[in-house]
Amino acid sequence: MAKILDKQRYKCAMGAMSTVQAIERAIPVLHSGAGCAQKLSNSSGSSGYFSPNIFPCTSINEQDVVFGGEKKLHSTIENSLKVIDADLYVVLTGCTPEIVGDNVDEIVADFKDAEKPVIFASTPGFKGNNYQGHEWVINAIVEQFLNPTEKRIPGLVNIWADVPYQDEFWLGNLRELEKLVAELGLIPNTIFGYKRGIENIKKIPEAQFNLLVSPWVGLENVKRMQAKFGTPYLHYPTLPIGAFETSKFLRAVGSFAGVDQGEVEKLISEKEAYYYYYIERFADLFLETRVMSKKFSIVADAQYVLGITKFLVNDMGLFPAKQYIVDDTPKQYRNDIEGYFKDLNYDIKAAVEFGVDGYKIQQEIENTDYHGYPLLLGGYWEKDIAAKTNAHFLNVSWPVNERLVMNSYYVGYDGGLKLIEDIYSVVKTRFN
Amino acid sequence: MAMQLDISDIGTRENRLGSITGYVGDLKDLANQSNCGSLKGGVRCFSQSSTCLSGCALGQLSGIRDVAVIHHGPAGCSVTGAQIYTVTKQVAKKRGVVNNTVYIGTDMSEEDTIFGAGDSLHDIVVETNRRYKPKAIFVSSSCATGIIGEDIDSIVAELKDEIDVPIAAIHCEGFKSRIWASGFDLSDHAVLTTIVKEPKQKRNKINFKNFYESARDDIIALFKNFDVEPVFLYANATVEELSHISESLATVCICGTLGNYLGNGLEEKYGVPYIRTINPLGVVGFETWLREIGKTIHKETEVEQYIQAERIKYLPQIEEVKKELKGLRAVLGMGPGYTFEVSRVLQELGMEVVWAAAWHYDKRYENGEIPPAMDYLLKNTPNFEVSVADQQNFEILNILNTYKPDLYLSRHPGSTVWAIKQGYPAVYVADEYMIFGYKRTLEFAHTVLDTIRNRSFEKNLAKMVKLPYTDWWYKQKLDLFLEKTK
Repeated sequence: MAKILDKQRYKCAMGAMSTVQAIERAIPVLHSGAGCAQKLSNSSGSSGYFSPNIFPCTSINEQDVVFGGEKKLHSTIENSLKVIDADLYVVLTGCTPEIVGDNVDEIVADFKDAEKPVIFASTPGFKGNNYQGHEWVINAIVEQFLNPTEKRIPGLVNIWADVPYQDEFWLGNLRELEKLVAELGLIPNTIFGYKRGIENIKKIPEAQFNLLVSPWVGLENVKRMQAKFGTPYLHYPTLPIGAFETSKFLRAVGSFAGVDQGEVEKLISEKEAYYYYYIERFADLFLETRVMSKKFSIVADAQYVLGITKFLVNDMGLFPAKQYIVDDTPKQYRNDIEGYFKDLNYDIKAAVEFGVDGYKIQQEIENTDYHGYPLLLGGYWEKDIAAKTNAHFLNVSWPVNERLVMNSYYVGYDGGLKLIEDIYSVVKTRFN
Repeated sequence: MAMQLDISDIGTRENRLGSITGYVGDLKDLANQSNCGSLKGGVRCFSQSSTCLSGCALGQLSGIRDVAVIHHGPAGCSVTGAQIYTVTKQVAKKRGVVNNTVYIGTDMSEEDTIFGAGDSLHDIVVETNRRYKPKAIFVSSSCATGIIGEDIDSIVAELKDEIDVPIAAIHCEGFKSRIWASGFDLSDHAVLTTIVKEPKQKRNKINFKNFYESARDDIIALFKNFDVEPVFLYANATVEELSHISESLATVCICGTLGNYLGNGLEEKYGVPYIRTINPLGVVGFETWLREIGKTIHKETEVEQYIQAERIKYLPQIEEVKKELKGLRAVLGMGPGYTFEVSRVLQELGMEVVWAAAWHYDKRYENGEIPPAMDYLLKNTPNFEVSVADQQNFEILNILNTYKPDLYLSRHPGSTVWAIKQGYPAVYVADEYMIFGYKRTLEFAHTVLDTIRNRSFEKNLAKMVKLPYTDWWYKQKLDLFLEKTK
């Protein structure tokens, strides 16, 4: 049911056009209004090989609403294949054709013998947000582009993490997850970003297992791949940031993959020694910056609220105030996610709330006693409330404005150091 | 044609002004066909994504200070609010004011498409009003609410009894028009019909319709010479200021596409003269515009004095830089409010326009006349090739590939990058005041010069990237997908 979106944190399902865009040489073909793509994108790394204003679009008009837009969709797909040099064409539907009942499946089926693959995901904005739209696009790839195979490549691991372009750090995070998995002696397989793409998509059914690093996004996908390809999956809900969680992550993946435990421990010892070399050198700063907070709140999607809470508590020794998950997490996942926040060092339990009403969240923050300057990590919306409450503020989750992220990341040991750098670069702007 | 200021939905530019988005030909042909009524405009059987009119309508309205925009639709429609929020805050900060405008979505669901969400919308508006006490409220529809027949007019009518600030329904179904500028008209219509009050006294002010008032200080200083003050619309304007724009001496606009509806509306309803010259870009444009203002407010002598003083200061410098620009060949892709204006300025600076693409074309404006920029070109410059395309990127790249210009100029996000990827220097004419008056015309000329003198960035990039279009497409004629409408 309609609800007030005050300080909006997500887009609609067709925002998943960015998921397609993150796959090299894959292009969304939009059966939607002319302006949807522009609304659903911003200039945060969008002028790649394709950009949103390259995306073919039926640009639905009044006539299409009355008479249906099937003919136009057909000619748009047909000519996309001629004009655009892509390797995968993903038809996505907006609101209008879904309400007026265009038979998109049938039109797309006309292209089953086309020179390049054409697939379809139904993504009308009213059906869900772009976290879900992302899952539907991956499902479409699994269902329509891939076939089961007997072939298995030992050690090959498909890695799935959060949503490209919605997570400003999506690409850096994914690359760092790959590196961590590779250091366990496994072969990472991801489909997004530079030199991954279609060839890697084709390898998906051959993997030894799927590794899902997300509280909930993608769970539906790995289950589907298990059903279709027989691929087992490891669901690691926490985005590993910093030493504590990353070491735990390496143990979990190593154990699931059957990597020699001694080797895993050796790797972890090396990594932690490296990480603590830096922490040791800057520990004085952490302790002796008089304005640094002890209590923090995060307003973000489930992945960052969980990942950063774990990092700040277990690595940095901070204490959680209330945490706010604003990605409209589907109800069936909420219990499990709440549980993850009870598993913190020293039996610390973080209170967590699911909600999309930014006004209420910010009112709560304003009325919370942080026993000093609050540390507030969130969307750009939180800049104002941070100013009002004298908080240290870092913009980590969508919308991310007034900062540029190209290839940096918060994942892993180095990602933890980067997050500390970013937090203290804010904190250090004040003396007292 | 009289404007219909008594209804909430005003129809599109296609219907009201005979505007088109598909044409390939040249300036003279476009004008001739417009004049004799034979211009139909084509539709494409293949097209690329462009822009939604709701972005223009609600982007304009949410620039007004301390109002609420409520966008009734799925989350993708209202996502604009997240981008607008930053711009609004930054634009207000630059001026040293605080803008507490909010942009609220309703996150319409599948269930709502079946049963409607009128009650929820009603409650959301009431709640928004309780939270923020906005000075005006704009309630917008979307494609989805439009198709299911959500009656926002009735909901707004009901709300008027409960809420004591101006409240307007904005009909933003994206499928209505391929011309996003129709959205500007929707915002003007809402302001005219719900905020502007009957004039009580004349004020020594000139309404200045623009986007982000970046030249505010300069224009205040300029108008001071003539004892008038500008009222900038709509970014940072207050509802109180807007309620008095019927009392101004005149309305001017930085872009005909943007201001045409408001200018004509204020003139028709309240007798506020609308300055309809070519725009104040470049020397000729600026002087023509300023002289017309002088005439309208009876300050001809002061205007002439100002012009003479500024000429002495700037014309020699402009003449100097023109020597370097002479003969450069340019392609443009902009909204019609700029394409035909900037075409004039480029020629004024000694450059050659080899192709001008307009994102749409208005055969005539609200007053029934052809746009002045077009009229000027027909009378004063050589013919050149013209296309009308709603930001169709594949057509632009085909044009660039064929004409290999020295420079590409565009005003909309996401266009210039493709020119540089194809190896052509590009200037992003984003700021509406980039070529305003003498000083900025000079700065613009230097920007062009700097751009073509150091082509490193585009050469480096072009060398490394592959273009997204097939070789086949580059060999096709531009109007391949353009079907004539009957």
